[in-house]
Amino acid sequence: MEKTLKKYGLVFTLPTLAAFSLAFIFPFIMGIYLSFCEFTTVDNPKWVGFSNYIKCFTEKDSQFLLSLRFTAVFAVVAIVIVNICAFTLALLLTKKIRGTNIFRTIFFMPNLIGGIVLGYTWQQMLNAILLHFETTINANAKFGYIGLILLMNWQMIGYMMIIYIAGIQNVPLELVEAAKIDGATKWQTLRKITIPMIMPSITICTFLTLSNSFKLFDQNLALTAGAPMHKTEMVALNIVNTFYGTVGYEGVGQAKAFMFFLIVAAVGLVQLTITRRKEVEH
Amino acid sequence: MKKKEKIIRERMSFRDKVLFVVLSILVTIFMYPIIFIINNSFKGKFFISSNPFSLPNIETFSGIRNYTTGLAKTGFVDATIWSLFITVVSVALIVTFASMTAYYITRVKNIVTSALYIIFVFSMIVPFQMVMFPMVNLADKLHLNNPVGMCILYLGFGSGLSVFMFSGFIKSIPIEIEEAAMIDGCSPIVNFFGIVFPILKPTIITVAILNAMWIWNDYLLPYLVIGLSTEYKTIPVVVQMLVGSNGNRDMGAMMAMLVLAIIPIVIFYLACQKYIIDGVIAGAVKG
Repeated sequence: MEKTLKKYGLVFTLPTLAAFSLAFIFPFIMGIYLSFCEFTTVDNPKWVGFSNYIKCFTEKDSQFLLSLRFTAVFAVVAIVIVNICAFTLALLLTKKIRGTNIFRTIFFMPNLIGGIVLGYTWQQMLNAILLHFETTINANAKFGYIGLILLMNWQMIGYMMIIYIAGIQNVPLELVEAAKIDGATKWQTLRKITIPMIMPSITICTFLTLSNSFKLFDQNLALTAGAPMHKTEMVALNIVNTFYGTVGYEGVGQAKAFMFFLIVAAVGLVQLTITRRKEVEH
Repeated sequence: MKKKEKIIRERMSFRDKVLFVVLSILVTIFMYPIIFIINNSFKGKFFISSNPFSLPNIETFSGIRNYTTGLAKTGFVDATIWSLFITVVSVALIVTFASMTAYYITRVKNIVTSALYIIFVFSMIVPFQMVMFPMVNLADKLHLNNPVGMCILYLGFGSGLSVFMFSGFIKSIPIEIEEAAMIDGCSPIVNFFGIVFPILKPTIITVAILNAMWIWNDYLLPYLVIGLSTEYKTIPVVVQMLVGSNGNRDMGAMMAMLVLAIIPIVIFYLACQKYIIDGVIAGAVKG
């Protein structure tokens, strides 16, 4: 069968491969090369070695490092809060009470609304609240930070909750029953049975919140657009601003993008190995 | 003994009632941002900032005026049509071609197909900013800065996750079914679309929903590739244009457009809720 199929190889793979090369493979390879060049379009690259990378850290106040720090602090807090809230909700919603389905439906809904629309919706509401204190979200970086955390929670909790619910429902009932017979308290059952059994869900959820927090762009652009003074500018937004904000900085933007990719990959890998190690075999 | 059991049951139901109330309050808080913009979308634009939390009254109620000015200002109707066109066509392309590719690289095993599989998986973790600039340049050169071009780009961007998910499922299909059909003289194409494709249905739904969700909401790619000066703007792009412009913001129109941007998503969600939630679980577990 493989032989006959092989003759049709191009029919099966060409459309996807053509589009994939265009959208990913070529731009990725060009991107690595361009990060070592000075250019304004892809047609006029001039090799400059590592100077773009040096510029990333020496440009005015080194906004890139500030953005990286802001993103990291944001990601850590977001991961912790989102996962604790989502897991608690999942526990409550697996207790078989009335209306579980409606609750689940509503908690998940914000996840489907896109980042731009979501960002402006929250901007409006937070500004309306801050109006009482005669200020706006753009006045203070703290407001922007808290706003981003709230927004991220609003969007991600429902999504993670769904994954945790699926995990909790897969915990074998016999185990929970056995613990009960042995006299385990609810807290002990949760600590010693439920949490170890749903470690795979925890791995997935922390990974998803981590990569979504790091790559956050639309929400950041809509809620604060980096105001005030780039203080709430996350890495993704900083890179896009570098590319399209200052002429002549395209190479620096590309260098930042490449480092951003390496950081995302490395952080993701570390997180996966740590949580995977804690998973138990059924 | 029986009496004791009854007491326990009543106490349980009391605890459940408390839980029910707590969850109801939480859900209301969760819904509040949406209620907030719906409420304000019916107020005159000058009343929104002075009294954002009150319900519209005779003085502040403006009917659907915000909606009509918003629609006139943004070309929201056109944007909805283009968003719909791009999402539907892209998802159709992704489902058809990514499943074919996944089938081929799963059934034909050699160095090339294994390498391709790894590259597809690898592409999932790469941030968009890494390929953004060269990709937009390439797309411009190849005249892909139009809705059809966008669909081709989305096929490229969506293929990583999609090929990965289809491959996972195809591995579990017993090869004997296809071999029997092959002996009967079916060509691989007929074989794939007649036999394999229908079996893939659950994964097709998952892949379609996951891709539809991000393509519909995607802002940066259409903004960079198509730009602001053409008639092919999508919903996120017009929302950003209307709302993100500094200076004279029409708060009323803005609220109205945010409401209109959310409505199609809510309808789609309520209509295929079960598939969406199952799709998200399947996507998360495999990804």
